[in-house]
Amino acid sequence: MAAAQAQTLSSPRRPAKVSEDRGQRLWRWLTFGPALAMMLALSVLPIANLFLTSFQNITWADGQQVRTWVGLTHYQALFSDSLFGAGISNTLIFAFGAVAGQMVLGFAMALLCTKIVRGRVLYRAIFILPILIPGIVIGAIWKLMLNFDFGLVNKALGLIGILPHDWLGSPETALLSVIAVDIWHWTPFCFLLFLAGLESLPQDVFEAARMDGAGAWQELVYVTLPLMIPTIIVTFAFRLVLAFKVFDEVYLLTSGGPGTSTEVISFTLYQRFFTEDKAGYGSAMSVAVIFLVSLLLVLALSARRRTGAAS
Amino acid sequence: MSRRTGSVLPVHVALAAGAALVLVPIIWTVAAGFRTQISLLMGDVLFTPIGSNFAEVLWSKTSDFLLNYRNSIIVGIVSTVLCVVVATLAAFSLNRMRWPAWTVHLFLAWTMIFHMIPPVALASAWFTMARAVGLENTFTGLILAHATLNLPMAIWLMAVFVRDVPKELEEAAIMDGADTPHILWHVILPLITPGLAATSILTFIFSWNEFAVALTLTMKQTATVPVAIAKFAQDFEIQYTQMAASAALAMVPAILVLLVAQRYIVKGLTQGAVK
Repeated sequence: MAAAQAQTLSSPRRPAKVSEDRGQRLWRWLTFGPALAMMLALSVLPIANLFLTSFQNITWADGQQVRTWVGLTHYQALFSDSLFGAGISNTLIFAFGAVAGQMVLGFAMALLCTKIVRGRVLYRAIFILPILIPGIVIGAIWKLMLNFDFGLVNKALGLIGILPHDWLGSPETALLSVIAVDIWHWTPFCFLLFLAGLESLPQDVFEAARMDGAGAWQELVYVTLPLMIPTIIVTFAFRLVLAFKVFDEVYLLTSGGPGTSTEVISFTLYQRFFTEDKAGYGSAMSVAVIFLVSLLLVLALSARRRTGAAS
Repeated sequence: MSRRTGSVLPVHVALAAGAALVLVPIIWTVAAGFRTQISLLMGDVLFTPIGSNFAEVLWSKTSDFLLNYRNSIIVGIVSTVLCVVVATLAAFSLNRMRWPAWTVHLFLAWTMIFHMIPPVALASAWFTMARAVGLENTFTGLILAHATLNLPMAIWLMAVFVRDVPKELEEAAIMDGADTPHILWHVILPLITPGLAATSILTFIFSWNEFAVALTLTMKQTATVPVAIAKFAQDFEIQYTQMAASAALAMVPAILVLLVAQRYIVKGLTQGAVK
């Protein structure tokens, strides 16, 4: 998204009629300065600080911070940290599983919504609701819903003869349950973007397809989906980024457990940094995560460029 | 895409099922807030609603929920104003003030990387910084953090809205001798008001919902609503019905915004991605 904007923002413009005077330059800095200052002070500086701390051990003596250099020790330790490994693999499973589910369901709901005229706004209003609810509240809702003793999920399954199951408490279903909760939380977002995308598609293509005798399925596969590829890619990237950051629901639902079955990377970071107060090691882990994230961004941008060139 | 002569009944059935999947957990949880613990555990379908959970959460001496609510409102409003003002100026600047292309690219690329970093990783860095300058456990620290967290999204959105303002209007104003603040205030601002509303509403909601950073930068006196709700779940003996009641109270802004400003939310959520 921002990349596309960067292109339009810096697109060649008409030659200026007025030469740039000093007042103009002053206003240029006054308008951009605050954002630049905020990003420098509150994102570049802290990340630089994290980077520095990742080579150090921080201890406290008489209320004074003592920093000792330890070189690459923390980074070496990362490779043998089973919690970090579990965090990475669980986050990947979580992110791809949840986002895949959201994309398919969201697309189906959006497609259904375009088939009706009456009630579309009402359905849209209902489907938006989970996007706006705090993640921690979603956690609370599903902690109640999935409760072994009185949760509605076990009650409903009981009606069709399925025995109650401890969804969040057993290692086999904990991650799956968290994924399901995330699908509930974010399918609406995919739905919303897909609906907007579908509504903006040119109608004449569908007319032409129908004239040629295309069925509903053929229309979907050969007309709708190809036209929707840009929206699909953007939505996928957007959701994947957010899914990698998952923390709130896991914190409330399972706290990483049982065992390490729902240990996601944000939660591992939190534990190392705050629960165990290992600032140096936590910083190294943060830097590693930031590096992985930047790597993903580069991959995504190059993939985008490739599809952009193809279409 | 609406046509097709076939019956729309199956479509409505499927959509209604989807709507039920969304609404039932929410309604069931709100209802749990009106139950006694026993009624919830027994799973009675019919129950006499009671208000004591809400009363306990809101007015009891041991509960800080009203304080948390106030804190969330303060942090939400101040960080939103800060974030949206800074973002609007930056969007205007990057769009119209003839910055070199590399500046724009570099800045936007950085906002993207920043947006992808888990807030927990940042929270630790902010915590260290806040402690160094004495801003831990203050509203200022959390407000700055929330404004920064939401800045990338706000800048991207405002950039789209500013870009949509026809350049001709600005050029005409320049011909009339208008300077930059005049153009910003009298030409751009009136035309981006809907976009500004959409961005502000989303920024407020995201601040209201934010948990990881609030958890690390606040203590008892400055804790926000999500932090308070998380406390319920960590108690040894979870007060399920009170947790449900406070969850219901925490959803109030979302529901209000949905009823009053659905148009703006849709605009804000879709604009950035589709354009």
